[in-house]
Amino acid sequence: MKNVGASPRRSGGYGRVTGHQEYLADIKLHDVLHAKLITLDCTRAKINSIDVTEAEKVPGVHFVMTPDDLPKPMPRFGPQFQDRPILADGETKYHGEPVAAVAAESKDAAEEAARLVKVDYEVLEGGIFSVAAALAPDAILVQDPALRPNDPLARTNVISEKRFGWGDIEAQESHLVVEDTYQFPMVTHFAIEPHGFMAAPEDGGISIWSTIQHPYLLQKMMAKMLGLPLAKVRVYAPDPGGGFGGKQIPKLEPLIAYMALRARRPVRLVLTLDETFQQVRRSSAEIRVRIGVDENGILTFEDIETNFLVGAYVDIADRVVGKSSYSAGGPYRVPAMKIIGRTIVSHTTPSTAFRGFGIPQISWARESVLDEIALRLGIDRLDIRLRNLARFNDEFIPLEHADGDWEQTVRVAAKRIGWKDPLPPGRGRGIAVGVKSGPTTGLSYSTVRLLYDGSAIVLAGTSDMGQGARTIFAQIAADELGIPVDQVTVVMGDTAVVPYDQQTSASRSSVLMGTAVLRACREVQSKVRDLAAKHYGIDPDAIKVAAGEVLLPDRAMPIVEVVEEALAPLGGEVSGTGEMRKDKQPDHPLGGTAAFYEFNCTACEVEVDPGTGAVILHKYVTVGDTGRSLNPLQVTAQGEGAAIMGLGHTLMEHIILDETGRIRNLGAIDYRILTSMDLPLELHSESVENADGPGPYGIKGVSEGSLLVTAPAVGAAVRDATGVVIRDLPLTPQRVWEALEEARNDGS
Amino acid sequence: MNSFHYARPETVADAVSLLDEYGEKARLLAGGTDLIIELRNRWVEPEIVIDVKRIPELAGGITEQDGVLSISAGTVMTDIVEDERVQRHFPALAEAAVVVGSVQIRARATLAGNICNGSPAADTAPPLLVYDAVVVVAGPGGTRRLPIDDFIVGPGKTALERGELVIAVELPIPQRARGSAYTRLTRRRGTDLASITLCAGVDADGDARIAYGSVGPRAFLVRDESGILGDPNIPIEDKVEPLDRIFSLASPSLKSLRASPDYRLAMLRVLGARALETALGRLTKEEVVR
Amino acid sequence: MNDTLNEMRTISVTINGKARQLEVAVNHTLLDVLRDDIDLTGTKECCVVGECGACTVILNGRSVNSCLMLAVEADGGDLRTVEGLEGDDGLSALQAAFLDEGAAQCGFCIPGQLMAATALLEKNPNPTVEEIQEGLAGNLCRCAGYEQITRAVLAAVREGEQ
Repeated sequence: MKNVGASPRRSGGYGRVTGHQEYLADIKLHDVLHAKLITLDCTRAKINSIDVTEAEKVPGVHFVMTPDDLPKPMPRFGPQFQDRPILADGETKYHGEPVAAVAAESKDAAEEAARLVKVDYEVLEGGIFSVAAALAPDAILVQDPALRPNDPLARTNVISEKRFGWGDIEAQESHLVVEDTYQFPMVTHFAIEPHGFMAAPEDGGISIWSTIQHPYLLQKMMAKMLGLPLAKVRVYAPDPGGGFGGKQIPKLEPLIAYMALRARRPVRLVLTLDETFQQVRRSSAEIRVRIGVDENGILTFEDIETNFLVGAYVDIADRVVGKSSYSAGGPYRVPAMKIIGRTIVSHTTPSTAFRGFGIPQISWARESVLDEIALRLGIDRLDIRLRNLARFNDEFIPLEHADGDWEQTVRVAAKRIGWKDPLPPGRGRGIAVGVKSGPTTGLSYSTVRLLYDGSAIVLAGTSDMGQGARTIFAQIAADELGIPVDQVTVVMGDTAVVPYDQQTSASRSSVLMGTAVLRACREVQSKVRDLAAKHYGIDPDAIKVAAGEVLLPDRAMPIVEVVEEALAPLGGEVSGTGEMRKDKQPDHPLGGTAAFYEFNCTACEVEVDPGTGAVILHKYVTVGDTGRSLNPLQVTAQGEGAAIMGLGHTLMEHIILDETGRIRNLGAIDYRILTSMDLPLELHSESVENADGPGPYGIKGVSEGSLLVTAPAVGAAVRDATGVVIRDLPLTPQRVWEALEEARNDGS
Repeated sequence: MNSFHYARPETVADAVSLLDEYGEKARLLAGGTDLIIELRNRWVEPEIVIDVKRIPELAGGITEQDGVLSISAGTVMTDIVEDERVQRHFPALAEAAVVVGSVQIRARATLAGNICNGSPAADTAPPLLVYDAVVVVAGPGGTRRLPIDDFIVGPGKTALERGELVIAVELPIPQRARGSAYTRLTRRRGTDLASITLCAGVDADGDARIAYGSVGPRAFLVRDESGILGDPNIPIEDKVEPLDRIFSLASPSLKSLRASPDYRLAMLRVLGARALETALGRLTKEEVVR
Repeated sequence: MNDTLNEMRTISVTINGKARQLEVAVNHTLLDVLRDDIDLTGTKECCVVGECGACTVILNGRSVNSCLMLAVEADGGDLRTVEGLEGDDGLSALQAAFLDEGAAQCGFCIPGQLMAATALLEKNPNPTVEEIQEGLAGNLCRCAGYEQITRAVLAAVREGEQ
């Protein structure tokens, strides 16, 4: 195996280092009109009227799109609930909700016109910005109850309440029970590429360009909304400049599509970074955890209540709540478990998928409470985890099995951080474990075309947003077909050309699409066998084709040579298709068991400046159970990258609202993410590889594991160094200092 | 941005004349790292933007004459950071200039722009105050010089009158040993805006002065009357009261985004003590050198 | 982009070694003109406040944020963008190193990183790790490939020494 397990240069790398790579904003459509959103500088507004007369007088302006120009009733859409209107429907529900949009010949004209649109509105008092406010008995309802006609919860801000668990927690006898509540703030994805969308009417249909991670989901939603057959909706999805979940779900494509159909010309909307911040974020959460243990620290039960504040429209957040709450107990053997998970709406930016999908929020609470238990019992915090960790194949949740040697991962992390080594003065250590389920259903097709000169084209509908999907598919094809990896072209991002792929999420692509690519290669191999049989006049049963090779009775030949010879007269190609399907399991609460788990152990060593509260990360270790690294360099980069992103929400990222729910820190100056100067002094990302995953060559999915438990690991280290317990994030210097001050004042 | 006229005068007189003509409706463009953001957000909508980068007097770099180091208005932060004379005589200014934004920002941002923009969090203001900088201003009435303490008035406000622009910032080169240090409070180690800015200076006579900003409408310079702060023989733990008095002018905004008022006030003391120690250490080294 | 509302100026600027005359709106940024007027879309737009560095270009030998400059300010200047890094003899040492070290993930920050790194190495051919991190601190990477980027710069330094 030459390429699998190696780290060849990234496919698509050349374009990225030369500036030739076309991201959405770089694509220039002929005759395009520029769009600009009109939003209000408030959270909740009742819109009385929108006067576009002055705006439409600006030279170059074609029209201003308002709700009056859309079908009635206002079309609503969403992946789970059809609750999001194309434009604010009579009332804005969050700061930045689009109210109208201009289409003009130039960006300048669009901006000028946007400023001249006169929205007559009244600011509505109050709003829901916290879990407590949302659940209060007389709370304002964020959504119109008429959207959920048969739902008993319709007159509340709770979209759904999920109950999971097993055993009887009340019947458990515990030596110690600890309960505590932790907060996880609002943070935003901040991909360096802002969101962008284009649409152009086509004969009998429409073409849509988007930074979307799920092109086929977009295709499906737009086809339904516009009443078009799928074959007449073409979605182009250029490689996104970072996604992290924020670009999974359609948001403004419907608006742009309607504008394009009205203009009968292509329309382009590229959001500013500030506008992007207003459109996507992670679900914030309040997590209550109650854990019981015996005198040896062995878990007797867990009782967890997760309240996720998801924003004004549900987007995919209900799935976030359900999926993460289901495994809220963590990678442990838990005799009795009770979970309540709530999806709660608020007058804030709609949250969406974000790397980790609810697990970082829950793990922050659960691991911190487990630490509290360990400290009270005088048990080492590593040991308590090893005592309770699920072992390989344990059914740690009904129907779900631990799919790796998680203990090994923990031991590697503990060794790397030097857990048992003497701690230098003034420092603290923390360790945490977490687990996230991969996809529960899935469907990926791939087509592989082996051309007559021995080069190959792989069609795969995955979205490569930096995780390197393109490269690993090229590696798989290269090894299976026996050709150099740089002679493989991977085509993605065009629903008219590339076969169906359900979506790119949950770290699924190397397993699901990887398997589809592998199977497509196997079909090519099978056809090569038949080709060889015909060409050399041999019985096909006497020929075997394996990775890169055709084994004839008397000799072995490279696949490429056979193909070149056999196809020489007329040219042509040998193509194969592959499919990987994980069907729904109707009896499973999540729709299916997890295809695999991402298990991670993170450990760190910190020092806290007692004067300023600044946390200095001396050493940070993250280890994941990955099955097999198809491309070790990419896996390491994703591991480090996720860790650094986790350090973002742990140390410095949060969306700050004013009392009326407006975002105060829009933009890059006051929303802080880690720069090259904020890294841990030592950062190690490693993989445990036992080839025990369901994907090709034993791989599991990667790229979310390393941020699952960053926060509790660092929080634990801060506690170890200073004694303070902090139950909210981020652990900014100010927050840590305030906790230190409180402790100092209590002590005196 | 709004539609404005763009002018690129090549003499001070032309710049003055344009400024006088347009008054409030003009904006000066030097580095642009503040102005472009204001223009893009339409926080300002000038009739004319006057680019001063082609005026030779403003592009003269850093020159030394008659015991004064003169930094022409168009000098960018990178050049200030790298100038040996600044590093030797005014190290706190180099320390402040090097944390203004990133490499890219420092290649454009000018010292004059930093003080004219008038942010209470301007990094260069505290060192300029400690070093008794003098601002050279040209206007319709001719050239005048103002002490930096008089030049800085309030948030976004300087003592410039209609038609005036800064030509240079002059720093008197110290004749005796002096130790100084700049520090600031930020939210991360990477590039950031300051939540507090602070410069401490001590001289061979034991006089100490501390300038600090981002805790009120402008940066303040306060001299220590007690003689305690500048005494290297008194341990830092015994300097708490005089330090407290120094910081009595601080009144951080309750609505601030970057740091709470309590935290800022506390960090003034923590970082102030550290800057003072560093300054004293440098004074000792300087005395040895001399 | 021609817009009759805006005052226009003709500027002379050398871009990637080629002398050019451009008619630009005085209230358009250099970033706007590069991307919209002359199709050099390699330089990216992100934060537009000079924080993220995605718009970094090299002007008169120094790396600067093109989002914070009016295009007219480039008049008479020597401008280099990412498109100019590859020469007739192939990718620059930095570009090749970025590929070999896996420094480009989603790639959106990479043009800016490359220009900042190019300017850094031209000024300081043998930087320490700290100097690299400081020199590139104005270039945000959310994929957070900072370690790979640093290694790529070090690899390019070694390559240059051979």
